[in-house]
Amino acid sequence: MSTAAPVLHGESPKAPPSYLQAGHTIKSWLLTGDHKRIAVLYLIAVSVFFFFGSLAASMIRVELVSPRGVMLESDTYNKVFTAHGIIMIFFFLIPAIPAVLGNFLLPIMIGARDLAFPRLNLLSWYLYMAGGLCGVLAIAFGGVDTGWTFYTPYSSMYSNTNVTLTIIGAFIAGFSSIATGINFIVTVHKMRAPGMTWFRLPLMVWSSYATSLIIVLGTPVVAITLLLVVMERVFHIGVFSPELGGDPVLFQHLFWFYSHPAVYIMILPAMGVINEVITCFTRKRIFGYHFIAFSSLAIAGLGFLVWGHHMFVSSQSMYQGMVFSLLSYLVAVPSAIKVFNWTATIYKGSVRFQTPFLYVLGFMGLFVVGGLTGLFLAAMSTDVHLTDTYFVVAHFHYVMVGGTIMGFLAGLHFWWPKFFGRMYPDSWGKLSALLIFAGFNLTFLPQFVLGYLGMPRRYHYYYFAPEFQFWHIASTAGASILAVGFLIPAVYLLWSLKYGEPAGPNPWGAKGLEWTIPSPPPTTNFLETPVVREEPYAYDAEAEEREDQSKEPIRA
Amino acid sequence: MNFPLMPDQASNFARPYDALFFVLTALTILFTVLVGALVLYFAVRYRKGNRVDRSGAVESHLGLEITWTAIPLLLGLVMFWWAAKLYVDTRQPPADAMEIFVIGKQWMWHAQHSNGVRENNELHVPVGVPVRLTMISQDVIHSFFVPQFRIKQDVLPGRYTQQWFVATKPGKFNLFCAEYCGTQHSEMGGYIYALPPQEFQKWLASGGDKKRPNQPTMADLGKALYDRLACANCHGSQDSERGPSLYGLYGSKRRMTDGSVVEATASYIREAIKNPYAKINEGYQNTMPEYRELTEEDLLNLIAYIRTLGTAKAPGPVLGNAGPAQIEGGIR
Repeated sequence: MSTAAPVLHGESPKAPPSYLQAGHTIKSWLLTGDHKRIAVLYLIAVSVFFFFGSLAASMIRVELVSPRGVMLESDTYNKVFTAHGIIMIFFFLIPAIPAVLGNFLLPIMIGARDLAFPRLNLLSWYLYMAGGLCGVLAIAFGGVDTGWTFYTPYSSMYSNTNVTLTIIGAFIAGFSSIATGINFIVTVHKMRAPGMTWFRLPLMVWSSYATSLIIVLGTPVVAITLLLVVMERVFHIGVFSPELGGDPVLFQHLFWFYSHPAVYIMILPAMGVINEVITCFTRKRIFGYHFIAFSSLAIAGLGFLVWGHHMFVSSQSMYQGMVFSLLSYLVAVPSAIKVFNWTATIYKGSVRFQTPFLYVLGFMGLFVVGGLTGLFLAAMSTDVHLTDTYFVVAHFHYVMVGGTIMGFLAGLHFWWPKFFGRMYPDSWGKLSALLIFAGFNLTFLPQFVLGYLGMPRRYHYYYFAPEFQFWHIASTAGASILAVGFLIPAVYLLWSLKYGEPAGPNPWGAKGLEWTIPSPPPTTNFLETPVVREEPYAYDAEAEEREDQSKEPIRA
Repeated sequence: MNFPLMPDQASNFARPYDALFFVLTALTILFTVLVGALVLYFAVRYRKGNRVDRSGAVESHLGLEITWTAIPLLLGLVMFWWAAKLYVDTRQPPADAMEIFVIGKQWMWHAQHSNGVRENNELHVPVGVPVRLTMISQDVIHSFFVPQFRIKQDVLPGRYTQQWFVATKPGKFNLFCAEYCGTQHSEMGGYIYALPPQEFQKWLASGGDKKRPNQPTMADLGKALYDRLACANCHGSQDSERGPSLYGLYGSKRRMTDGSVVEATASYIREAIKNPYAKINEGYQNTMPEYRELTEEDLLNLIAYIRTLGTAKAPGPVLGNAGPAQIEGGIR
């Protein structure tokens, strides 16, 4: 994209310091209003939570190698899978892409100096940390055993673990999401640079916008619902427990009203990242820009109307179930549209097999499997046997974990040079992408079989069905490969901070405003407000190839 | 160590279920391979430096967009319809199904046969005979799951749910609790024993050696309770000033003081005993005491007795998840 020329040369002596050098005190970080610094604060925090969530996952996988468990009591096992779910969903998957990559890139991509409300942005990080602290304290004081779904009346009347504290943590973290969502919406509406029309927005901005709409509309519902659980638990105000005149299934409706759209909160930003990376590494304009942009909004809208597909065996009425099933099939269509458009984008491109692109391929593989296996669960009859089994576990790991993590890592590897001004070793990056893809499939493909065989989720023991063991061992073997795959980037990315080659403003030859400014960018992003005169993704694969091969004729 | 790929097919639902499951699996594999192959083929063929024709690439194509919107949509609608039809079958028990009552509690399954035979963590059923389970939980939500039958139904506190099936082969099959219910959730299981009909009748008559001589039936136990609690003082053979008669109550439509019309299902009767003020019959006062101390077993026995007092119609689908009866919204 064209912009004011002088900004390109960040190395000149007059250039302002980068956002990393704008202050070195701890206070300059903890009281910053700079969206880029807040993104880095988030990056550190989500990485720590991801580490602990993974630790819990490892304990689960080790435990399930044997039908009678290996080292844990059932109570402890229940607390470990609950901790895994809560940490990963509320403190990693939901904030990972919007709060790290979105925070850093959204203002730059639209040519703004910062988000609309910098202090609100900082507040949302503190809320997130406060929520996380409550979660950590709940675990430190003995844990919580309800599962991340907090189903009533178990959570409200029966569990004698730290349900209240955990819920308060999730409640507070919810406000962090809402604050970020509002900030993004206002920023996209009010802060676009001259010439940055709605249909010149990078698709990452469209998907962040759609995500923010879901966050702002959905999160208050789950916040209030969780608060009602606390009211019932602490003050015995009957809402969900039949003993107090409540309805336990009502909780499931309210919970999934948010928690199904929450899946899209996790996956839409990842889809946004894919658009940016796939165009750069194929040197192609995105295929079907409008279809991809509006499919994000379609997902955000329809996503609110399908929650009942979690409840086909809950006693929900048959007719209600039919409506939810039909709508669930409809919401699959916009996701399919995106996948086909990305495939068409690669056609006649100039494809570079570098680390971020390998992660994109990984995303497409995992997301396609995850999305298609969702059709088994949206179908009323097949769902009956498969719901609450490992089939569901495998499905949602493919979609929201495989999809989101592959998207996050694709984005992190793509914009890492922009974040920190350094390159990482590409060969190690490729190795990590391959290991994570292989490890992920080996971990979760066996779980589809386990689920079809009937292994219920959240089971500590299965000695009464020893035929499950082979598939559990295969899954655990896959998980160990996955663990190695995650450790490698942690090492080389940290290494690159000090020893990596300086990246320069645009190491990939990418389009987009963020590649027109120095790496790392100055605090104000742009020295002059850029003026946008082009469509996004103004790549030309044919021309680039022609330039590369100018001496020889192109073979037809 | 063996590595099985599918569970046994042991109920009337298993084969139609698996047919749909396999078609969905085939579609999943087909589309995964299709997309995967296209993506890899394009990526490799158009890799940087490979000299191939790149001219004429377009950035959108309405015909393609419509094609790849319409095909998944149509396939999806077919799958939806197929699955919905199968689901409806699983929710409509035949009227002559044999009834068994199941109570779930942390962390065991308790079953009661109409003749009074009881079992724990085991359930004996005849092969080839439709069986209808009426289920309730005494505490948290559980879920009755038999993989070899391809059935699963949540078991709720405060509301009856039901499940039906026909076992199609004799054998011993896993029963799991599929809804997380606390510490020993994974051990809240047991076995379904499907027996050939004659063998089942023999088992039922002897209660698997556990039946006491002259074991009272559920209705007998309900009658004893009905007498002990002196229910007839207000609910005799005729409507009185204090309360309506329970003769012919079961399955009838009752008008409430708020003008609504409620079908007297098992769930309704259970609520009327436990929490009589929730709905009050037109023409009566809220004078009945709440019988909160009654156990779920007591309530099932009482309902069994009330059913013997005559039904307004043949016992059809009685319960919430059967469909139309759900409209009232279940017990609150």
